[in-house]
Amino acid sequence: MFVISHLKHAYNGTEVLNVPAWEAGQGSHWLVLGPSGSGKTTMLHILAGILRPLSGQASVAGQDFAALGPAELDRFRGRSIGIVLQRLHLIPSLTVMNNLLLAQYLAGLPQEGARVREVLTSLDVADKAGAYPHELSFGQAQRVAVARAVVNRPKLLLADEPTSNLDDARCAQAYGLLESQARACGATLVIATHDQRIKARMSNHYELKAQP
Amino acid sequence: MNLATVSLAYLRARALSTTLNVLLLALGIATITLLLLATSQLEERMRRDARGIDLVVGAKGSPMQIILSSIYQLDVPTGNVSWKQAQELARHRMVKKVIPLALADNYRGYRVVGTNHDYVAHYNARLAQGRLWQAPLEVVLGAEIVAQTGLAMGATFIGAHGMGAGEGEGEVMHETHSYRVVGVLAPTGTVVDRVVLTDVASVWAVHADQYDIKDVARVAELMPDDEKELTALLIQYASPLAAAMLPRYINQNSAMQAASPAYETARLFTIIGVGVDVLRGFALVLVLAAGLSVFIALYNALLERRYDLAVMRTLGASPGKLMALMLFEGALLAGIGAALGIALGHVLTELLGFAFKAAKQVSVTGWVWMNAELWLVVLALGVGVVAALLPAWRAYRTDIASTLARG
Repeated sequence: MFVISHLKHAYNGTEVLNVPAWEAGQGSHWLVLGPSGSGKTTMLHILAGILRPLSGQASVAGQDFAALGPAELDRFRGRSIGIVLQRLHLIPSLTVMNNLLLAQYLAGLPQEGARVREVLTSLDVADKAGAYPHELSFGQAQRVAVARAVVNRPKLLLADEPTSNLDDARCAQAYGLLESQARACGATLVIATHDQRIKARMSNHYELKAQP
Repeated sequence: MNLATVSLAYLRARALSTTLNVLLLALGIATITLLLLATSQLEERMRRDARGIDLVVGAKGSPMQIILSSIYQLDVPTGNVSWKQAQELARHRMVKKVIPLALADNYRGYRVVGTNHDYVAHYNARLAQGRLWQAPLEVVLGAEIVAQTGLAMGATFIGAHGMGAGEGEGEVMHETHSYRVVGVLAPTGTVVDRVVLTDVASVWAVHADQYDIKDVARVAELMPDDEKELTALLIQYASPLAAAMLPRYINQNSAMQAASPAYETARLFTIIGVGVDVLRGFALVLVLAAGLSVFIALYNALLERRYDLAVMRTLGASPGKLMALMLFEGALLAGIGAALGIALGHVLTELLGFAFKAAKQVSVTGWVWMNAELWLVVLALGVGVVAALLPAWRAYRTDIASTLARG
């Protein structure tokens, strides 16, 4: 599904990421593990096409990122990749419904209220469609953030530290949401975390080493 | 969901800042609109009132005062000219037509103008009711007077000595001679709407007691010619050459003063123009201040919204789209401000018109549209877009990865 080879990235001359080779099949679920500063977020950003690596190749769903211009890459990301950010970052001035419609609009896809409601229903937050983000509990906001990531039926679903600062029950719940939603749209799931609690729940691990 | 709805949602989220910026811009635009509407209408009205009058002759004094008092009925006259001298001037070969004016009285602030039927014809005024005056003390009313005072056909009234406005309770009333309304004119949009027209002899008649004349209908015959006076003469030249020669001839060879309406009104507009320019400059400062305020608001919004913008990028928005979003927001603010400002400007102009009307001055209305107002919209949008340029550029340059990594 995605293929990474000889990938290196550095900030100000300091190498922060070195991934010689990593390949994942469509629909597989992965955990990217590593201590703080091992480049998990950088890895995720490169997979999302947010960051261009210094060297090496990354291709997602058969698409080599290096072959895409900036605008094409934005378009590809909007349509094929869903991202759940650590702090969720729902747009505060838009309702839940509009946050999801915005995802469809910015990806250049037709805006389908029916699809939005379907996703919100599957995440059990359909009754919050008219609410603003500040009116949601953390659990509801997380569901909406997942809903926004999957509303365009991405091929690749990325999550950055989705369970940090959560108690055990919520941690299991958050993980469950991501897994079920990824399964529902057949997406490859990659979760970047240093949380050891969900390590046991996923079979595919990619361990990043702390950079010297 | 599109750029407009996202922009609107952001503007709504910052309602106070948005309202203040819109108001600031609206005040500037409203001031310019008001100046635009008022000055253009005043100039148009004044040009229309003076059209076809080449020269005004009155008693020695300020030429500007002669024009203001005799054409526009605004100022007090400089004095009187003798009827005999006027008769001589009318026979001058360079004079095509003379319309005599005799001003002495007012009715509730509206001037009673003694003249002849040529005055009515000159302004193309048509009778709405009745007939023109045929005898002294018969009057024809301008349209505005009918609307404001309620005088109707057949009504009689007593004039007060003087030019009206400001003379108040100390007015001397000519109680022995009352005017009778024999006709009403249709609205002309000129000075005619604001005057009571009558025969020159009426003005002599109300003062006839001084000469012991009992039969006012024959006042013109009974009064000695040496005692007859007029206030001013409106003159049309017989040839273009007269413009060069007649004013100098009058000023040097008679006790009268010639004043050119074209020259004096141009001078008046220049004097008024200084004030208008100051106001316009002030309004432009308001608009620029609004632009600065919009800039500060958008720039702060940009800082607050760094993550939102980064998130939009992760959702597939191109940098150009974020730039367009900020520019659109600036333009939207400016557009709302411009629309509100223009509407406010029209309302204020109409209110000013009411104030003018109450003071029996030149009328102004807010219910006209001028194409120049489109330039105001362009100006406002330009200010909005320029104010949004830097924030938009910053939005364009947002580095998603580092913004998100810091979050």
